[in-house]
Amino acid sequence: MPIEFETPKPIVQMQFMLQTVADNMMRPYSRHFDENEHEIPYSYIEFMHTAMKASGVGSIAPQGDPPEGQEANPKRPPIAYQMLASMLEMLAWGDVGMYLITPGGGLGAAAVQAAGTPEQKARFLARFSEEKPTFGAMCMTEPQAGSDTSAIRTRAVLDEKTNEWVINGQKIFVTAGDKAFNPHDEFGKGFLVVWASIDQSAGRAGMRAFVVETGTPGVTITKLENKMGIRVSDTAAIALDNVRVPFENVLGSATVDKNITGFKGAMATFDATRPLVAATGVGVARAALDEVKKMLAEQGVTIRYGLPRQKLSSVEREVIDMEIMLRSAWLMVLKAVWMADNKQPNALESSMSKIKSGDIVTKITQKAVEIMGPLGYNRAYLLEKWFRDAKITDIYEGTGQINRLVVARHLLGYSGSELR
Amino acid sequence: MIGFTLTDEQKMLVEAVGRYAKSDLRPAAHEAEEGRQLPSKLIKRGWELGILQASVPDGYGGFGDHSTVTSALAAEALAFGDLAGALAVLTPSLFVTPLLLAGAEAQKQHFIPPVIEADWKPYSAALIESSYDFDPNDLKTTARLDGADYVLDGAKTCVPYAAEAETLIVYARLDGETRAFIVPSKAQGLAVSERIKLMSLNALPLYDLTLTGVRVPLANKLDGDFTTILASMRVTNAALALGVAQAAFEYARDYAKEREAFGVKIAQKQAIAFMLAEMATEIEGARLLTWEAAWKLDTAKPDASTAAYFAGIGAADMAMLVTDRAVQILGGHGYVRDHPVEMWMRNGRGFATFTGLSIL
Repeated sequence: MPIEFETPKPIVQMQFMLQTVADNMMRPYSRHFDENEHEIPYSYIEFMHTAMKASGVGSIAPQGDPPEGQEANPKRPPIAYQMLASMLEMLAWGDVGMYLITPGGGLGAAAVQAAGTPEQKARFLARFSEEKPTFGAMCMTEPQAGSDTSAIRTRAVLDEKTNEWVINGQKIFVTAGDKAFNPHDEFGKGFLVVWASIDQSAGRAGMRAFVVETGTPGVTITKLENKMGIRVSDTAAIALDNVRVPFENVLGSATVDKNITGFKGAMATFDATRPLVAATGVGVARAALDEVKKMLAEQGVTIRYGLPRQKLSSVEREVIDMEIMLRSAWLMVLKAVWMADNKQPNALESSMSKIKSGDIVTKITQKAVEIMGPLGYNRAYLLEKWFRDAKITDIYEGTGQINRLVVARHLLGYSGSELR
Repeated sequence: MIGFTLTDEQKMLVEAVGRYAKSDLRPAAHEAEEGRQLPSKLIKRGWELGILQASVPDGYGGFGDHSTVTSALAAEALAFGDLAGALAVLTPSLFVTPLLLAGAEAQKQHFIPPVIEADWKPYSAALIESSYDFDPNDLKTTARLDGADYVLDGAKTCVPYAAEAETLIVYARLDGETRAFIVPSKAQGLAVSERIKLMSLNALPLYDLTLTGVRVPLANKLDGDFTTILASMRVTNAALALGVAQAAFEYARDYAKEREAFGVKIAQKQAIAFMLAEMATEIEGARLLTWEAAWKLDTAKPDASTAAYFAGIGAADMAMLVTDRAVQILGGHGYVRDHPVEMWMRNGRGFATFTGLSIL
C-alpha cells in the first residue's frame, strides 16, 4: 500500500465498540481491583468471553496464517495485526491490567501459534472459543534468568518408557498463571506454555516449549506477586516438580538440531507480540493524556495548538509534547504491525516500537501526575494508577534496554557475540 | 487503508535525488560552508532533477501533481546531502508552491510558468521576522488597503537570495490574518540588507528585508488561506530535518564501526550502540509523523494543520537530539570541521527557527 494513514473501516467500528467496553466494563472497576489485588473481575472476563465468541474473534492473540484452503481475500489488504494492535490499544486505554487477563489464551496461545504444528494449534487452541472463559499463560522467566533467556535452567527429560516429558524447574512472572493453571469453576481448562531445555549442552538450540494442562500433578503456584501496578492481573511464581506431560505436548520439533533452534519459536513470538505490547503502552499513555486534557479543560485551560513554543504556557507545551510523543509511538506500532500483516520481517520495527512506547508511556504518565499536582497524586483519580501501570511496559516483553540491544544489532549488522 | 510503501514514481524520484545528494551536494558541502558560496552549476544540476517541476501540473509548465507526501520524501533525500544546498535548490519553490496552494487561476497562469520552464532562478519568499516570539500567524509586518493598492510595512529576516531575486512573496498581516503578497524586488520602499550570517547555512545567501510603504496592486494578493501554506512549510521543514538527522546518524554509525577503543570497535560498546538505537528510533518516529501530516494535507483532513504542527516540532526536537548524539559519538573528532557532524549539529538547532525557509 502507498503511504497513507486511513484507518480501515472495520477497525474504526471495532474501536467504537471497544470504547463502550472500556467506558462501561473497565473504567468503573479500575479503582476497586487496583485496591483489592488478586480479586478477579468475573463480570469483565465473562463479558469479554461472550462478546468475543459472539463476534467470532475467539482470541486476542496473534492468529498466524489462515488454515490451508482458507486463503485470505487477495483483494483486501490484510489487517489482522493492525486490528489486534488497535483493539489492544483501546482495551489498555480502558485498563491495561484488565486487558492482561482478557480470556483467550494470551501469550500461551501466542506461543502455540508461533511454535506449534497445525495439529497442535487445532488441539490446544479450540478451547478458547468454548463455553467458559479460558486462559493460557507463558512461563519463560526464572528467578536467575530474566532478559538472558539462554540462562534458563528448567529441564525436560524424555522418559522413554512412558513416552512422557518430565519437567523440573521454577518459573516466575507468569501473567495469568493462576487463571491458566489453577482450577476455577468459572473458567475452562487452560494451559501453561513452559520453556525448558531438552539438551543443556545445546544452549538455545535445545530450548523447547511444552504445553502443561490445567491441574497437571507436580505444578504448584507458589506465590502471586504484589505489584506496583497492573494489580488486577495475577503474576504467578510456579514450581515444577517432576511434572509429566505427553510426548506430543512439545511444540514443534523434538529433535535437537543446531540449525532449527527451538528458541526461534520464542523469538518469533516476541517479534509478533512486541508491537502489541507497545500498543498497550500507547493505550495507557493516551488514557493519561486524555484525562489531563479533560481535567485542564474543566479548570478552564485551553491548549493553543499552532503557537510557537515561546508563546505557550509551560503546561500547554508539556501537553503538546505529550501529544507528539504519543502519536509518533502509535505510528511506529502501526508500521510494525502493518509489516507483520504484509509478511515483511519486522524484528527491527517491532523492537523500535517497543522502545518508543516504553519511553513515552512512562514519560507521559509521569508528566500527567506532575502537571495535575495534588490531583494527579490523589487516588481519587486514576492518573496515579496509570503512572504505576505504565512502568511495566518498559520492562516486560523485553526491557527497553534489551530492545535497544536488538535494534543496535540490526542497525550495525552485529551478532550477539559482537555486541553483547 | 494504512500503508508505508513508496510508489514506483516516488522510488524513482527519491533514488534520483539521493544520487545527486550523495555525489554532488555532499562532496561540495564543506567547501561551500567555509567559502560561503554554492557553485551555480551544482544548484543548476539540482534544479534539473525536476523536484519542483514534478509537483506542478502541466497547465502551469510542470509535469506532475502536487503531492505533499512525495515532496516530503524528496526534501528528505535532498537534505541528506546538504541542507544549505537543498535550500538553495528549493528556493524557487518558496515562490511557486504558495501560488499553487493559495493562488487564483490567473495568478498561477501568470507567475508559475516563467519560473518552472526556465533554468534555476532565485524567486524567493519572506516570512520570518526578527523577534524571539516570531509567530507566522501574528506577523508584525502589516498590509493595508489604500485605493487600488496594498501598502506593506515591516521587516523580515532569513530571506534566501533576496538581493538576486526578481520577485518575492512577502507575508504580512492584513485584517488580523497572515496573507501572501507578490512583490517585485524593484518595488519602491523595499530595501535589502547585506548578507546576514547565521550559526550555519553559510553557503546560502540570506538577507534581511525592510518594507517601507511598499505598494503592490490588489491582484498581487493570494486569496487562499495561509493555514495550508504554513502547514506545508512545517512539513517541508520537518522533512529536511529528517534528511540532516539521517545523514548524521549514518555517519556516526559508520564511524563507530571503524573507530577502535579498548581493543574493540566503539559500536560494540553498549554506551555507543544504545545511542545509535535511540537515534534511529527517534528518526523513525519523526518520519512517520511527517508522512502522516503530509498525507493529511494531501487528503485535506480537518486536523492536517495540527498534524503538521506536531511534525514540525517533533522533527526539530529529533534533529537536535540526533545531531548532538552524532557529534558525541565522534567525540573530539566530531567537534572539528574535518568531519561534517558539527555542521549538521549546527543545522540541527536551526529547524526550530527555519519554518518559512522552505516549502515544497
